[in-house]
Order: sequence, then structure tokens, then C-alpha cells
Amino acid sequence: MKTTEEIFEVLKNRYSEDIIGITNMPPEKIIDVKPDAIFKVSAFLINDPDLDFDNLMILSGLDDANGTKTNQPDGSFEFVGGTLSVVYHIESTKHRHKLVLRVSVPKENPVTESVVKVWACADWHEREAYDMVGVIFNNHPNLIRILMPYDWDAGYPLRKDYKNPEFYQGMKVPY
Amino acid sequence: MGILDKEFSQENIVITKFEDLMNWSRLSSLWQVGFGLACCAIEMMATSASHYDFDRFGVIPRPSPRQSDLIIISGTVTLKMALRIKRLYEQMPDPKYVISMGSCSNCGGPYWEHGYHVLKGVDRVVPVDVYVPGCPPRPEALLEGLLKLQEKIRNESLVKKVTA
Repeated sequence: MKTTEEIFEVLKNRYSEDIIGITNMPPEKIIDVKPDAIFKVSAFLINDPDLDFDNLMILSGLDDANGTKTNQPDGSFEFVGGTLSVVYHIESTKHRHKLVLRVSVPKENPVTESVVKVWACADWHEREAYDMVGVIFNNHPNLIRILMPYDWDAGYPLRKDYKNPEFYQGMKVPY
Repeated sequence: MGILDKEFSQENIVITKFEDLMNWSRLSSLWQVGFGLACCAIEMMATSASHYDFDRFGVIPRPSPRQSDLIIISGTVTLKMALRIKRLYEQMPDPKYVISMGSCSNCGGPYWEHGYHVLKGVDRVVPVDVYVPGCPPRPEALLEGLLKLQEKIRNESLVKKVTA
């Protein structure tokens, strides 16, 4: 059983450039990883016998809403810039320790790497993150919408500046 | 009494209007599409089960819309599902009836403002005969809705379109 700080030291020694830092966000400590390194870091975390993170408990996408808020004349608003994040909660069923990883990507080009080849259960989680906030996962085997209709073209519903369309396939959407 | 003052050799003859006979047989065997959407479907299944026994009104679930007279929209109608509901409804043969069960399918329910994925009322895609309020409605409420529908069918006419 290792604490987050101990695992952070291990990762920092091995992937010095790709590990951005550690954030204390009670009750969790979050390790920030660069987007293009998440696959190799994940592969190390599952393969190393002392770490052995064999269980991806949840993968979630979120809109950090940290861009510049610009108000529109019609009362709505938009975030220009800022980041989207993907948070990985992983666990070792053998050593009983847990870890939180986070990858932040710019909203203008939200591209990161898929971890499906490391944890197969990430498949649908990544599709959901793509569907709801629009993070694009490179090397995902089947990155299509999972909850919204396949032909939904009105954007990503869980972004903070999302606006519902007036009509979908001839059906009125607002109340 | 018209025809009744003559005696028949056999007694087992009932005389009625053809319209009444058609309406009576229709309302007494409303076969519903075996179809459920959300938590309302649990109540609908409870209504079908032995405790409330939908079958005593002639309601039995059918596995195909082609053999059904009634569709109970029991639950939240998402935009994705609305297209499928419309297709199911179009596959049913006439005469066909729709019961909208619960707040979600009546008007969007708790998703009325922030539900980006919910159709705000199933009557935007298919015509609804009876609305059953509740979240979800109890089986008694659904039975009341069915009785209302039977009342509606009883007053139908073969030659005149009755709207109510």
C-alpha cells in the first residue's frame, strides 16, 4: 500500500517531463499528467508489480469553465479558452491503494490519448466523455456518441456554455 | 318493443346495435404493446401483475406492435427514443390508442427546463388519448386512466369521428 505522494515520487523519477504536479483537493490528491503521456503512464501503473493498478474505477470528463466568460446580447454566455479535463480514478485490488490522475486539454483542441488498451472498461467511459463534453481520445477503437443520438450536431450538452437547439429532427426541444 | 315482442324459438339471442357491439369488443380486449421506458414501467408491470391484474380488463402485453391496440408511454421520452416511439406507433394497426403515463411523458416532468435530452411531452410526436398524471402514477391511477379510455371507446361511432 502506497500513498499518493510516494506514487508521485515514483512517477516523477521515471517520467519527469510528463508529470506536471500534484494538487491537493480534499479529500483527494490529484496527479496532473500531460495529455500525450497518459497512455504510457497508465501502462506503467498497471504493469509495475509494486503499483499494480488493475482497476479503473471511473473515468470522467468535465468542463473546467476557466476560460474568459463573454456575455452574449441574448442573455447567454460563452467561455473562450480554458480547459476540459479527464479524471481517472484507479485502484489496485491487490495492494488496496487508490490514485487519481487528471489530464487537462485546451478547449480549442481537446485531444488526448485513449487508455482502452490498458483498461478495457475505459471504452464506454471515454465515449461518454466524448459525448458529453467533447474530449477526443486518439486511438480509441470506436469513438462515437453513446448517450445522445448518433446524428446529434448541436454540440456537447455538459459544457457550461452549451445551448439547446430549437429543433431536433422536426421535434421542438425547449419546453 | 319492436322486434322483441316476437318470440324466438331459442332464448340465447342478444339484440344490440352493431356499433355498440364493435365498441364493446374493442374496449374489452385492449392489447398493449409490451413496452416500457423508465420507473413508470415498473408501476405498469405492477399493474399487469396479479395484485392489480390488468388482464381483468382485457389488457395483455403483446410482443409485436402489429398485434396491439394500445401503447402505454410509461416513462421519460428522450429525443432518441421519440423517433422509435413514432415508428412503433406507425406500425400498429388501426384502431389504436395511446395512454401517456406519468409527468415525463405528459410534459417533460422534472426535465422540463434543463433536460437537454428529453422530449417535453410525447404528444409532440404521437396523438395521446388519455394522460395519467403522477410521478410515477400508482397502479390505481393507471387503471383509472384505462377506464377513461374505455369510456372514450364506448362512445365512439363508426360513421362519425368523436373527439373528446
